[in-house]
Amino acid sequence: MNDIKVKVKDLSLRYGTNLALKKISMDIPEKMVTAFIGPSGCGKSTFLRTLNRMNDLIDNVTIEGEVFIDNINIYDKSIDVVNLRKKVGMIFQKSNPFAKSVYDNIAFGPRINGISQKSVLDEIVERSLNQAAIWDEVKDRLFHSALSLSGGQQQRICIARSLAVNPEIILMDEPASALDPISTAKIEELIHELKKEYTIIIVTHNMQQAARTSDLTALFYLGDLIEMNKTEIIFSNPAKKQTEDYISGRFG
Amino acid sequence: MNRNIKDTIVESLTGVCVLVIIFIIVAILTITIIGGWPNLNWTFLSEFPKDGMTKGGIFPAIVGTAVMTIIMAVAAVPFGVITAIYLAEYANEKSIIAKTIRFAVKTLAVVPSIIFGLFGLGFFIGFVGKNMDSLFSGGELKWGQPNILWASLTMALLTLPVVIVSVEEAIRTIPREMRAASLALGATKWQTIRKVVIPGSVSGILTGTILAVSRGAGEVAPILFTGAVYFSSNLPHSLSDQFMSLGYHIYIMSTQSSNVDATQPIQFATTLVLLLLTFSLNAVAVVLRYRIRQKAK
Repeated sequence: MNDIKVKVKDLSLRYGTNLALKKISMDIPEKMVTAFIGPSGCGKSTFLRTLNRMNDLIDNVTIEGEVFIDNINIYDKSIDVVNLRKKVGMIFQKSNPFAKSVYDNIAFGPRINGISQKSVLDEIVERSLNQAAIWDEVKDRLFHSALSLSGGQQQRICIARSLAVNPEIILMDEPASALDPISTAKIEELIHELKKEYTIIIVTHNMQQAARTSDLTALFYLGDLIEMNKTEIIFSNPAKKQTEDYISGRFG
Repeated sequence: MNRNIKDTIVESLTGVCVLVIIFIIVAILTITIIGGWPNLNWTFLSEFPKDGMTKGGIFPAIVGTAVMTIIMAVAAVPFGVITAIYLAEYANEKSIIAKTIRFAVKTLAVVPSIIFGLFGLGFFIGFVGKNMDSLFSGGELKWGQPNILWASLTMALLTLPVVIVSVEEAIRTIPREMRAASLALGATKWQTIRKVVIPGSVSGILTGTILAVSRGAGEVAPILFTGAVYFSSNLPHSLSDQFMSLGYHIYIMSTQSSNVDATQPIQFATTLVLLLLTFSLNAVAVVLRYRIRQKAK
């Protein structure tokens, strides 16, 4: 097992008075794929969003507990959320490229960080698109609108866009749930490539996807972390009856 | 009653209503064009009124309306856009401040335009202008009387709620996912607004503001007490000058004329010019929106 990248301690989250996450603790290793599974409303996406503090944007959310990334508590008062989000990128369920050209989408992050030299931007755009395995498909249409691409291509553009700011962790919130099987396969292949350099945390509804792509799997249910272990153990020999029931499709 | 009959009745009713609307528009256009077009020529557009407005042109009223519209836009648009950004992006929907602003904007939008005129008279002329005079010119009357600046600012107040509402609507058309994407890349809130929200809603912002401004351009009531004059032999050459306006000119000619037969053709032509002016502003808005949409594709 690799070094610990993210360490969560007793994390609870409330929407108003509704307790959505109950004292979650877990360790997430570096440069591996960790999958969160569980039925709708179990808290897996909410938990994912605590790792780059996207829940801060929602009114009425209160969070207790600690999340350490590289041994720094990201909920500490001294933390700059903007820097945190540069380090922890995020891919959303619905691909959300800006209504700009492919190039401007990828260059968005570097530009807001003050990079304006064209040669540097060109290099970042090409590298990011290559990493996201979409360079060959879009290299002749860099200055066309990203919205003219297919859904699967748009999602890879979004991945390239987040890679362009050099994150260390990439959070993926059901990144393939709106895609066809071929596009899904491409995203999964990409996840496999990316874990060589990045720590990847993926939320998925699709248990086969968790089994195929992840090294570790965590099952959430009603705001509790039920079980977390190596993916092959979760899917072959889980410790809890509830896990076995869920993966065999008896509830959820 | 038979369902089909009901259906037919409703359908004919909607048809009649549509016809009435079309009839009104066609009537306004036909009457104005038939009455005004023969009198519309370069002399009419470029000359001052003559002989108690029974002859000559409407040049000073065109210039006055144009200058007033520009000053009004310069005052209302930035103010309205900033307020709309605050309401759409920063204000907590449930906060008392946001609720108060929204209530104020809604109330402002339904205040009759003549009240704005009175407010302009009391506030800009009676209060701001008077105090400026006693501060800067030892009480000598300069700003404490109607002028084009106070008229334009009064008009800006009238159009402000329309600008705010239409800009806020345009900003809200940007999906939340776009903002989330930008923030997740480490953009600050202001960077997100500046680089994602405003560029994405620019066509809506432009269209909304142009429509609001073009509505103000033809208004008369707010400028009655605040700066418009019935006749001026000079063009306004400073902000403290009074001015002639197309809308007010039409009102004067149709109610105060000493020779109705002589002023009527001029009235028609003036009305046509005012209509053309506001229509062309609307046309600019439509073209802009179309162009920007094409570009976004």
